[in-house]
Amino acid sequence: MSDELRELYQEVILEHGKNPRNFHASDDATNEARGNNPLCGDQLVIYLKLDGDGRVADVSFLGKGCAICMASASMMTELLKGRSQAEAKTLFEAFHDMCTGEENGHELPDDVEKLRVLSGVREFPTRVKCATLPWHTMVAALQGEDEISTE
Amino acid sequence: MTSPITAQAGGPAYDIDAIRADFPILSRTMHDKPLAFLDSAASAQKPRQVIDAISNAYETEYANVHRGLYQISEAVTARYEGTRETIRQYINAAHTHEIIFTRNATESINLVAYSFGRKFLEAGDEVVITELEHHSNIVPWQMLRDEKGIILKVVPVSDDGELIMSAFDELLGPKTKLVAVAHMSNVMGTILPVEDIIHRAHAVGAKVLLDGCQSVTHIPVDMQALGCDFYVFSGHKLYGPSGIGVLYGREELLDAMPPFMGGGDMISSVTFEKSTWAKLPHKFEAGTPAIVQAIGLGAAIDYVNGIGLEAIGAHEADLLNYATQKLSSVDGLRIIGTAPNKASVVSFTLDFAHPHDVATIIDRAGVAVRAGHHCAQPLMERMDVPATVRASIGLYNNRADIDALVAALGEVQELFG
Repeated sequence: MSDELRELYQEVILEHGKNPRNFHASDDATNEARGNNPLCGDQLVIYLKLDGDGRVADVSFLGKGCAICMASASMMTELLKGRSQAEAKTLFEAFHDMCTGEENGHELPDDVEKLRVLSGVREFPTRVKCATLPWHTMVAALQGEDEISTE
Repeated sequence: MTSPITAQAGGPAYDIDAIRADFPILSRTMHDKPLAFLDSAASAQKPRQVIDAISNAYETEYANVHRGLYQISEAVTARYEGTRETIRQYINAAHTHEIIFTRNATESINLVAYSFGRKFLEAGDEVVITELEHHSNIVPWQMLRDEKGIILKVVPVSDDGELIMSAFDELLGPKTKLVAVAHMSNVMGTILPVEDIIHRAHAVGAKVLLDGCQSVTHIPVDMQALGCDFYVFSGHKLYGPSGIGVLYGREELLDAMPPFMGGGDMISSVTFEKSTWAKLPHKFEAGTPAIVQAIGLGAAIDYVNGIGLEAIGAHEADLLNYATQKLSSVDGLRIIGTAPNKASVVSFTLDFAHPHDVATIIDRAGVAVRAGHHCAQPLMERMDVPATVRASIGLYNNRADIDALVAALGEVQELFG
C-alpha cells in the first residue's frame, strides 16, 4: 500500500470515521444548514447553537459520507465549541488552505494542530471536497444559509 | 501476465490477448501498477482502429461535409454519411435517414423531449419512466412537465433491481403518451424486458423511447423487430469518440416532429419571411456536425462487428459470472442488483468502507472503477444506499482485471476492516 494512502487514512481519521463525535440532530439549534456534494452524493446537516454573545455553545451533525468527510465533520465539531463566529470562519479558511495546499497566509492555530491529520487529502485532489464539505456547511449555517452545494 | 480467456458455453470465443493489444491505453500503468480498467460503462477505451480512423480523417480527408464541391469534401461526406448506414445496419433500422447524429444520448433524449414532447404532449398527458433511469432520462421529462403540465409516472423496481411489470401495467392507461426506459441499467446491469414493455405500451397507444447507452455495446438490437419508436445511444461507450451520439426515430414520427435547433444544414430554403426544413435526417442536424467523431464511431462499430456482438456478449457474461463469484466471497460485500437477466456491470457496497474511500484506495492499486451515485440518485434512494462502487466490463477485460479488483479490496479491508 502506498505511503500517500497511509498518510490519508491515518488511524485517527479511521477512528473518527467509525465513531463520529457529536453525531446527532439538535432540537435547540439556532443555525443549521444542509451540505451536499452532488458529485459524489455526500450529504450532511450541521447544527449550531449560538449563545447570547454569538459564540458557539454547541455543535453537532448528521449525515452520510466517506471516512474523510465523516472524520472531518467529527473533528470540526470537537474544535468549534466556545469559539466566536469570526474565529470559526478564520479556522475554516486555515483548514481550507491546508486541504487545497493554497497559501493565503491562513495558518492553523496551535490549539487545532490535530486537524493536520487531514492534510493528506492534498495528494488526492478529487477528495479535497470530502474534507471541506462539513466546514463549508458550517460557514453556511453561520451565515444563515439553509443549503450549500460543492462541486 | 494475463492468461487467454475463452468464453464458455453460449457463444464463440475470441483471443482476448489479441483484442487487448488493439487498445493502446491498456498497456499503460496507473500508479505504477498494470491498469485494470473497469469503468467502461462510464466511457469505453478506444481501439487502434478507431484512433487511426480519426487521425487518418484529419490527415488525409478533412473538409466540411455537404457543402464542398471538391474531391476531399465529397470523400469526407461519403465517409460521414457512410457511418449513418453502418449504424442503420447495426441496429437494423428500416431507413438510413432515421439515424440522426447528436452530441450524445443526453442530447438525443432532449431532442425528443423538446420536439416530440412539445408538439405532441399536452397538459395531463402521461410519460412513464422507471426508478432505475439515468438522470438524462429523468430531467428532460421533468423540464417538459414543468413547462407543459404533463404527468410523470415512475415504475418501481424490486429489491433485486428488476422492473416490477405488474406496477408498469397499472401505470399504463389512455393518458400514457410515452414510455421512456433504459434498455439496461447503468448501475445494476439489469436488462429490461423491452419487447414486453414495447408491446404493452403500444397496446395503450403510447410511443416508446429506449435509452440504449448501456445495451448497445452488449446486446444486438433490431429496431424493426422491436418496433420501438425512439432509440438513443452515445458513441463513446461503444468504443468510439465522445461528442457523437445517435437518435433513431421512426420515419413517420421524425417527419411529423419540428426541428430541434435552427441553423445551417437543416433548411431547404431561407428568406426573412419564412424558412423551410430540409428532409430527414438533416432537419435535425443544424450546423457543422461532429464530422470526424462520426467517422470514428463508424470505425468503432466496424470493430465491434469484426468481433461480433454475440462473441462479445459471451465473453462478458463469462467475466461477469467470474466477477460475481469472486466478489461474493469478499466479507461484508453486498451486490446491488441481482436480477437474473443482467450484463457487464457489478455494483456493490462494503459494510466497512464508503465507496469513495474504496475507489481512492483501489486506484492506487491500478484499478479504475466508478464510485458515487452514477447519475441515478433516485435509484440509490430506492436501493437504500448513498452510493455504490461500480465495476463495469468491456470487451477487452480479462480475469486478471477482476483479480486485481478483488486483491485491491483486500487492501481496503486491511485499512478499514
